[in-house]
Amino acid sequence: MAKVFARPESLVDMQNHYCPGCTHGIIHRLIAEVMDELKFADRAIGVAPVGCAVLGYMYFACDMQEAAHGRAPAVATGIKRVVPDGVVFTYQGDGDLASIGCAEIVHAAARGENITTIFVNNGIYGMTGGQMAPTTLPGDKTSTSPYGRDTHKQGFPIRVAEMLATLDGPAYIARVSVHSVPNIVRARRAIKKAFEYQIAGKGFTLVEVLSTCPTNWGLTPLEALDKVAKDMLPYYPLGEYKDVESEAGAKK
Amino acid sequence: MSERVLMKGNEAIAEAAIQAGCRFFFGYPITPQNELPEYMSRRMPQVEGTFLQAESEVAAINMVYGAAGAGARVMTSSSSPGISLKQEGISYLAGAELPAVIVNIVRGGPGLGSIQPSQGDYFQAVKGGGHGDYRLLVLAPANLQEAVDLVTEAFDLADLYRNPVLILGDGLLGQMMEPVLADLYRNPVLILGDGLLGQMMEPVEFRKLPKRELPPKTWATTGMRHHPHKNIINSLVLDAPGLEKHNLHLQEKYARMKLNEQRAESLHCADAEVVIVAYGSTARIAKTAVMSLRQSGLKVGLFRPVTLWPFPVNALGELVPKVKAFLTVEMSAGQMVEDVKLAVNGARPVHFYGRMGGMVPTPEEISSECVRVLGGVR
Repeated sequence: MAKVFARPESLVDMQNHYCPGCTHGIIHRLIAEVMDELKFADRAIGVAPVGCAVLGYMYFACDMQEAAHGRAPAVATGIKRVVPDGVVFTYQGDGDLASIGCAEIVHAAARGENITTIFVNNGIYGMTGGQMAPTTLPGDKTSTSPYGRDTHKQGFPIRVAEMLATLDGPAYIARVSVHSVPNIVRARRAIKKAFEYQIAGKGFTLVEVLSTCPTNWGLTPLEALDKVAKDMLPYYPLGEYKDVESEAGAKK
Repeated sequence: MSERVLMKGNEAIAEAAIQAGCRFFFGYPITPQNELPEYMSRRMPQVEGTFLQAESEVAAINMVYGAAGAGARVMTSSSSPGISLKQEGISYLAGAELPAVIVNIVRGGPGLGSIQPSQGDYFQAVKGGGHGDYRLLVLAPANLQEAVDLVTEAFDLADLYRNPVLILGDGLLGQMMEPVLADLYRNPVLILGDGLLGQMMEPVEFRKLPKRELPPKTWATTGMRHHPHKNIINSLVLDAPGLEKHNLHLQEKYARMKLNEQRAESLHCADAEVVIVAYGSTARIAKTAVMSLRQSGLKVGLFRPVTLWPFPVNALGELVPKVKAFLTVEMSAGQMVEDVKLAVNGARPVHFYGRMGGMVPTPEEISSECVRVLGGVR
């Protein structure tokens, strides 16, 4: 019988540590599929973050470095300058990228550093136990916003894709989601484009992926997917925010 | 044939790094080390290297981490407050066993402190600085030729041990001290060719040192096309037995450094009753004091640690039975003196003289302190 669906070769055959219903596994798989399709695993060097994906260095079948919290874009910059023909990517969550690592991501983008960042935004600190993230939606309850995020006291969520798209350095910035199959297909397309742009030397690319955290949201996996559609999409609209290859280069 | 050129200290250190094969430099502006990154920004493009001005010292040290992990010879430089910011990255470098050279041109502290010379970062350099049980190799040049030679050594030692190496350059005068600097150049310090490391100018020779046998960087993340198995650069070990094992491995490496890498210079110590212990620029000033005291017939010597970690306990220990007392001189409130006391282990009195806040001790001050100590032991 012909095999029609298999584990991507660029994903290591091992059990991962993610919670049931978490979408990290889907996003890992999409990256690995693109690595397989574009055949760059043998020259890929990934950078894992601090957060839920901290063990990501074990899961991708390519060279990996584990960075300090928020510093993955700086680490990736160092790697890319040494291995300019390598395909260098960071995999970062919202606490890592949008809070402690805000300077590193902004400046890597501003430099047009020829790397790809996969930014997983689920609006919460997962690994440390569900604290408020810079991307937590107004009113959402977390372990450090137990009465709901009060924008008067705790400020507003950061829209990373829009913010970085204002810079001249990036070649491609998109926000996608993995809460439904059509969106997963679109997310794969965006991730592929980002890596294609890097391989073509076009500059900095980032794909923000709206993701779930059933465990810390206190929802079932299906309820969590619904929350992405119902609560996150209105605040974080999907689309391509920058594309140096499209004439408008603006949100489609 | 080697070339002798007249260079500023910061520039000489930068050029020495390039001569040692360093092709990647990541830095951030801070006085009084700016000539170093500025020189790199001119030179690196000429040798097809990379100079990158990072958005912060934090980013710079993490770029160093990435580049070192990809197998490059890489350097960063900064001054005290910036080195504090780099401590996170330095701990990760040590944990992931990445070779890199870090230069600290020390200025006065704590806090924003001053931009005048100081040795107040000794504890930070040799006792940790960042989190966890780790050690850096810490080299303390006292003149530009030694700084140049030690930069080459630093890259080799970093590669040999897979460990970050810190070069502690003390005593660099900032703009506010220029009139004082001019005074220093007129006093006996000048006669001995003394000065302050980063800003001083003196002839240096970029000589080819004997090549060391260095292990190939088979662990570097250059992409799997270059090696059969996946390489991972990492300092995370979640299981306790595993992390203890990793720490034991690091400790074994540090023990080898202690055994093999202690370096010091002794001057007139053979018959000395009192030995001054000082490093870096302070040692050069102390040398002036020793020479003038010797001319007066007083039996004093100078012991100058070149490696601050590992501290040269063996060479210092050999002096203990021969001398009556030690006098440690530092541009700090007394930091290295603790290591001197540990090495002497109570067998002899260990005195201390220090200046702080950017004040540089004069040979006269050191001489009179030495005479006082001599009076006490007679």
